[in-house]
Amino acid sequence: MKSRKLLLEHLDVPGIQGIETYVKQGGYTTLEKALKKMSPDEVVEEVKKSGLRGRGGAGFPTGLKWSFLAKPEGIPRYLVCNADESEPGTFKDRYLMEKIPHLLVEGMILSSYALGANTSYIYIRGEFMYVLEILQKAIQEAYAKGYLGKNIFGSGFDHDLVVTPGGGAYICGEETALLESLEGKRGNPRIKPPFPAVKGLWASPTVVNNVESIAAVVPIIRDGGDAYASIGIGKSTGTKLISACGNLARPGVYEIELGLSVEEFIYGDDYCRGIANGKKLKACVPGGSSVPILPHFLVTKTAAGENRLMTYESLADGGFQSGSMLGSGGFIVFDEDQCIVRNTWNFTRFYAHESCGQCSPCREGTGWMEKVLHRLETGKGQMHDIDLLADINKKIEGNTICPLGDAAAWPVAAAIRHFREEFEWHVTHPEEAQKRNYGLIQQPVVA
Amino acid sequence: MSHSTKPMLSAEPVEFSGELLAKMEEAKNLFPNGKEKSALLKMLHLAQAEFGWVSVPTMDKIADLLSIQPVEVYEVATFYTMFHLEPVGKYVFEVCRTGPCMLVGSDQLIEHIGKKLNIGMGETTSDGLFTLKTAECLGGCGYGPLLQCRHRFHEHLTPEKVDELIEQYKRGEIEPGAL
Repeated sequence: MKSRKLLLEHLDVPGIQGIETYVKQGGYTTLEKALKKMSPDEVVEEVKKSGLRGRGGAGFPTGLKWSFLAKPEGIPRYLVCNADESEPGTFKDRYLMEKIPHLLVEGMILSSYALGANTSYIYIRGEFMYVLEILQKAIQEAYAKGYLGKNIFGSGFDHDLVVTPGGGAYICGEETALLESLEGKRGNPRIKPPFPAVKGLWASPTVVNNVESIAAVVPIIRDGGDAYASIGIGKSTGTKLISACGNLARPGVYEIELGLSVEEFIYGDDYCRGIANGKKLKACVPGGSSVPILPHFLVTKTAAGENRLMTYESLADGGFQSGSMLGSGGFIVFDEDQCIVRNTWNFTRFYAHESCGQCSPCREGTGWMEKVLHRLETGKGQMHDIDLLADINKKIEGNTICPLGDAAAWPVAAAIRHFREEFEWHVTHPEEAQKRNYGLIQQPVVA
Repeated sequence: MSHSTKPMLSAEPVEFSGELLAKMEEAKNLFPNGKEKSALLKMLHLAQAEFGWVSVPTMDKIADLLSIQPVEVYEVATFYTMFHLEPVGKYVFEVCRTGPCMLVGSDQLIEHIGKKLNIGMGETTSDGLFTLKTAECLGGCGYGPLLQCRHRFHEHLTPEKVDELIEQYKRGEIEPGAL
């Protein structure tokens, strides 16, 4: 089954990066339609009807988020695009912005119209500086055509769009840390409330949305919210970009219709074409490094034996006991030779490195977990270290200002839940643990 | 948390060229009056592209341009991992080491580069050309193992490809990817 494409439809059209080609493919006609024929509230209504959920990872309904925006008289409101893509396993926004920058630019203007924002910002991670330059060029082209600036399409709507870089900090993907960073400060998340919808950028009402969410507004307004909602299953509507990586035959970015089976996504000819080098699937982290890992027998089927689907609900089926999350769509696959302990240590090192240091449970806890996991991985751990990890975990989870603490804790808890015997093997086989990886189903393999 | 805790080296006074000052002014003008501090990260990137690293006098000068206290620049420059607060080689290889890259061989790649350049992590070759660093997830997970150098991604790397890459950099054949 090939998925319909709403975001990447014109990916292969030569020159689609430039405005002339983008316009020839129907680009900016949706913006024109909205500005000439729809009120801002009507645009918001269509986005609500579409069922679009935040594509950055949290999955919160975008239309509902928009409806929370405070609109006090005489105070500017802002739309901020979160292009700080940095959840390990996730590289879809970079792809979209690099290949079809005008889709994001059009989405930004359109969404800003809906929100009544006359200025919007794209905050892009500093490591994507070359993408920033691609976006900057697209923005200049849009100004030259009159799609940005004063009185766009004669509608009376004025809009300015600015793109600005981060400096290397995972935490700035958290929306309030992003706003701090956009104000030229350290990326320390803010205590909520007040939420950004009330006090965001420079204390003005602000909506922060992910790149893919904003881009999706274009096909939603073009085709109507109902048409978008007719794709997918239940509360998982529309299409989603999945960035597939790890030990896959064909890693990359795929636009899928939500509801595709996980089995087809991993093994299908139109998608990842199975595990690289003819190996077997050992485990999968389906939604970016922060979501629980699934052992091979829970990847394509749920615990109840039903087919696992690429939807918010199906991937979460079984809760944290036997499920995971769709998250950001960062789909990480592990082959039979990979070591779960080593990977868990690696991810924890990432979170320890990226903790902003503001909350003690996260600042200290992620560092402790990293140390404990490192000694387990290198054959220097003891049995009680495994329980110690679970204990630290519980003390981080829910006790921090932002979700980075949870994001660090959940993967460790899930790895121990599903692969406890592998952690124990590292304790009982200290010498082998230093030389070998623990492969699929209790078969230690030579690294 | 591993943001820089090293003492920042003092250095010779810096002179910002007219071109650099113009770029910084342009960065400031993207933001409303009174909110120019929002341009700080961009200004640090611009300075680093010019000088290779960010010294205390550079930060002081940026503070001056933004009419803010120097400490407001120091606290930001030390928070974000992209800014080099001490001199580095002309080409800084930042090799991604996070999960998805590790699954496809980043550990072995990092080891190979270290041996090839005969330097340890964070060190610079004696000719001042190369510095080796690791980076956390660079957002190219499907194209690993990979490294970034002067805003350019080098992806799908193998030891052989890295060897060739090093030669290309030595011959000055690779332009910065941005800025």
